[in-house]
Order: sequence, then C-alpha cells, then structure tokens
Amino acid sequence: MMRSASREALIHYSFAAAALFAVGILAGIFLLLLTEGFPVFRHVSVSQFFSWNWNPNAYGQPEYGILAQMLGTIMVTVGALVFSIPIGIGAAAYLSEIAAPRTREVIKPLVELLAGVPSVVIGFLGIVVTGPWLARSTGASNGLNALNGSLLLGLMSLPTIVTLTEDALRAVPAEFKAASLALGANRLQTLVRVTIPSAATGVIAACMLGMGRAVGETMTVLMATGNALAPPSGFLDSVRTMTATVAIELGEVPFGTAHYHALFVIGFVLFVFTFVVNSVSDLVLLRFQRKMQG
Amino acid sequence: MGTGRKANIEDITPNIRPAPGGRPDPAAAPISRRNWKRILNLRPARIYEAVVFLFFRLCAAVILIALLAILFQIMRYGGSRISWEFLSQPPREGMLAGGILSPLMGTLAVSLITILFSLPFGVATGIYLSEYASQGRITWLVRLCIRNLAGVPSIVYGLFGVALFVRALHFGTSILSAGLTLGLLTLPVIITASEEALRAIPSSYREGALALGATRWYTIRTNVLPYAVPGILTGVILGIARAAGETAPILFTGAAFFLPSMPRSIWDQFMALPYHLYILATQHQSIEDARPVAYATALVLVSLVLALNSVAILIRLRFRRNMERP
Repeated sequence: MMRSASREALIHYSFAAAALFAVGILAGIFLLLLTEGFPVFRHVSVSQFFSWNWNPNAYGQPEYGILAQMLGTIMVTVGALVFSIPIGIGAAAYLSEIAAPRTREVIKPLVELLAGVPSVVIGFLGIVVTGPWLARSTGASNGLNALNGSLLLGLMSLPTIVTLTEDALRAVPAEFKAASLALGANRLQTLVRVTIPSAATGVIAACMLGMGRAVGETMTVLMATGNALAPPSGFLDSVRTMTATVAIELGEVPFGTAHYHALFVIGFVLFVFTFVVNSVSDLVLLRFQRKMQG
Repeated sequence: MGTGRKANIEDITPNIRPAPGGRPDPAAAPISRRNWKRILNLRPARIYEAVVFLFFRLCAAVILIALLAILFQIMRYGGSRISWEFLSQPPREGMLAGGILSPLMGTLAVSLITILFSLPFGVATGIYLSEYASQGRITWLVRLCIRNLAGVPSIVYGLFGVALFVRALHFGTSILSAGLTLGLLTLPVIITASEEALRAIPSSYREGALALGATRWYTIRTNVLPYAVPGILTGVILGIARAAGETAPILFTGAAFFLPSMPRSIWDQFMALPYHLYILATQHQSIEDARPVAYATALVLVSLVLALNSVAILIRLRFRRNMERP
C-alpha cells in the first residue's frame, strides 16, 4: 500500500515538473535574452541604442540605434490593425449574430485554415502579387513597402481577431440580447448597444492578441517590406522591422561581438513587448470570463 | 402583391409589431406617397441595419476570398511544375532543375525531432493541469506562462535556440538544434490541446474507476487518457503543421542554403521546405527563373500544412460530437 502511495506521489510530481518546465522555458528565454543582450551596453550607451541610426558594419564607429526599426514595426502593426480590426470584428459579428449555425460550422474552420498558411508563403505572395499590384495602383516606385507589409500582416492577424472576438460575442448571455430585442431594439441596435459593450473586454483582448501576432511576425515583413534602414517617412516607403533585422543579420554576425549582443537586445525588446501585451490581454480575458459567468 | 409585402415586413421585423386592433394594417391601406416608406419599412434604423449587416457579410467574405485567392494563385502558377520527379529528386543546377526531395526530407526529419520532444512534455503538462493541479494561483501562473509562450515571436525562439542549443549546449547548427527550437514553439499548442481534451472527459469516467479503488494514475491511464487521444492527436497534428511551416526559428539553428547530399544524422545541417521557398523567393541569383520553382515549392508546403490542419479539424469535429453524445 505504501509503495503504491509513494509511486502515485512520484507520478504526481513528475507531471508537476513537466508543467514547471513550461514555466522554466519562459523564464529561460527572458534570462538568456537578457544575459546575451545586456553586454552591448558596454559598447554603446542606452541613449545611443535608442537613436535613429543602425549601422553595425560601419568602419570605425558602428552605430546601434533601433528607433528606425521600432518605427517600422509600429507602422506595419498599426497599418495591419487598421485593416484587421474592423474587418475582424465585422466578420465575427457576422459569424455570431447573422450566420446560420450550419454556415458558421463551415466558415470557422476555413478561418482557421487561413491561420495555418505559413508566413513564408504569405511573404512570397507579397513579393510576387501584392507588392507589384500596390506599386501599380499607388504609383510608388517600390511595392515592397510598409503598406504592403500592413496589408499582409492584417490578413495574418485576422484569424486571431475573428476567432477570439466571436468567442467573446457568443459568451454574452442570451438574456441580455433577448431583453434588448424585447424592448423593441433591432438586431443591429442590440449588437452595438448591448452585445458589443458587454463583450468589450473580450473584443479588446482579441485585438491585442492580434497586435502581438503582427509585432512578432518575421518572415512576411522580411520578404514584403523592402528592409530599407532609413527611417520611413510614410507608408509608401520601404521599412525594416525589428524582427527582420534579427533575421537578416544574425546569420552573419560573429559570436560575442557588440553587434551579436545588440541583436539579442532587439529580441529582448520584442519579447518584453509581446509578454506585456499577452499578459494584459490574458488578465482582461480572465476578468471578462468571470463577468460573463456572473 | 400586398400579402407578399406583408410577409416581407414580418420577416425582417420579428420584434416590432403594431398592437392588435390598434393602427390599421399598413399593407391593407391604399398605397399613397406617405405610407410607401412604412410598407417598404424604410425607417432609417432599418436601412442602417441592412447596410451594416451587409458590411459584416462582406468582412466574412473578404477572409474567405483571401484564402481562396492564396490557394488559387499558388495552384495556378505552381501546379504545372508538380510531378513525381519534383517530389523525388534533390535540387540541381542552382535549384532550378531537379526537385525538392532534400528540403522535404529535412522538414520531415526536423518535425520528427520536434514531436519527440514536445509530445511527452506537452501531454504531461496537460495531464498535470487537467488532472492533478488545484485551481489556485500556481496553476493560473503556469497557464499564463503557457499562453505567453504561444505569443513569443518565432524569431525570438530562433535567438533562444542559437544561444541555448547551438552555443551553450554545443549542438551546433543541426537538425537537433532546429528540432528542439521548434519543439519549444509547438509545446504550447500541444499542452493546450491536451488539457482541453482531458477536461472534456466527463468526471463520471474518473469517479467510476476511483470508486472501485483504482489509484489516480491508474484511473487516468485506463479511463481518461484513452478517450482523450483524438483531442491530443489534434494538438499534435496542429503542432507539426505549425513547426513544418516555420522559417524564422530554423534560420540560424540548422537550416542550410543548399546541401549537395542528404543529412546523415541529427548532428548535420539540413535543407527545409519553408527556408527553401525563402531562398528561391529572395536570395536566388536569377530570381525570375526561380519563380516557377518557388511557386511549386509553395504549393507543396501549403498542401502539406493545410492537409495536416484539415485532418486536425476533422478529428476535432468528430471528437467533439462523440463527447457531446451522452
């Protein structure tokens, strides 16, 4: 009997260890990015790091300013959300309020399939289809620009936004809607004044997770935004994002140099940003679920 | 005509009805300029609703059209290139001739390492969260970490893989390093799917075994886990699909631009399908000549990944239906 009990305890603890391992990975990523990235500040000051010029291969005085890349990342992300938030919420409203159950059963898996298309394929289509098309229709000299990246990232963040927004809308108790309809509001008024406000926190969390996805996306922006180092002045300029910089330069950089460490700091900034976005939206979602369960 | 209109009004206004015996039925009244609006129900709120709902429909249509356009474009330009030779020959003559056998094999080999690593850890964590953990702060923290892991950018996994597997553990740029890096990335997918699959098992299954004196682990092993297998399988397939399509994490952990021969062990570098597409699309010296090969590679990659996704979705639908049946 004792043997069996200790065996059970052992099994229990090994499963707990596996779960802790998952926590350990997250902590490990944080620590490793920190220790691999931090030494760069022996070579450059923090204020130099947050300046506009990134020129790590310059002869004599290399420069490691990440602001231009940050601006690039912010531009394509904001541009992506301008497309994906209205379309995503609209499609989610269609799925949860208008579509027949049978139609929804067909469309939802298709939205998930879109999420499954590899980012390198989207990037490839950005080069061969949307880039040239944008160049033709906007008259820009180069179709591989921030607008192209925004368009593709918007498409890629849509499945996240649609799926989570639809979940949030459907979590609103039917009584809320019924009460509104019974008072004579039509379905749109009910949706806009009752359902969406009740689901607001869930919808916001969905959009934030979509944003996290766009900020961290690498291959699509690497291939489709042109990767110019100069600070962009508009959406028709070529931009380079933080993710693209790491992807381009990590392959050539010698181990242990200031440049190597600088790339890890970029990774660290990306990690911290997505960590904050994900944690906040997670907390927001948790509160939303509690509220909906009453 | 009058009745037709009346039916129409009823269809779109289920909630606003005139009180019976109150106002005269508008459809029965003679049509004058004044009540045209009422008959067609052209109140501003109604028009507004129709327009906005049309917008919602269009939003959903945009997503479906985008998906179809992606598939159509790739099939149109890549389909003609697909042949048995393309799938069974390694690339030759600057990757313009031959096929994609070595990238395909590389991707399969890496996916195997990925799954060997993430399946045991993922399922074990899922079992812990669903069967053992009390729903307290620690469990909440573990869940938060797992959801955060799912949101870590793939290039950051690449950096982590370089620092840990390639450098610190001296695995070098190899199938092993890349497989483990992708394994970390797929872990959250498998954990979440396993936990959900286990939670979907009715508690009566557990209580039955426990009441007969079975230990907790015995109960899980015989009465819970077997029924969760389809759900776990869904997660595993989705995880493989995600790993097979990822490029950023393998850029610096083992994927090679071109290799004349197949890798012989897990310590060798490899060619991978998504990286091959990236090379063909952006790094090739004669980009225009490489386009047809790039399209065909994209077609194989998309077919592989979407086939895996579809299988996972189908398994999940069946599993859900079985669980809903009492």
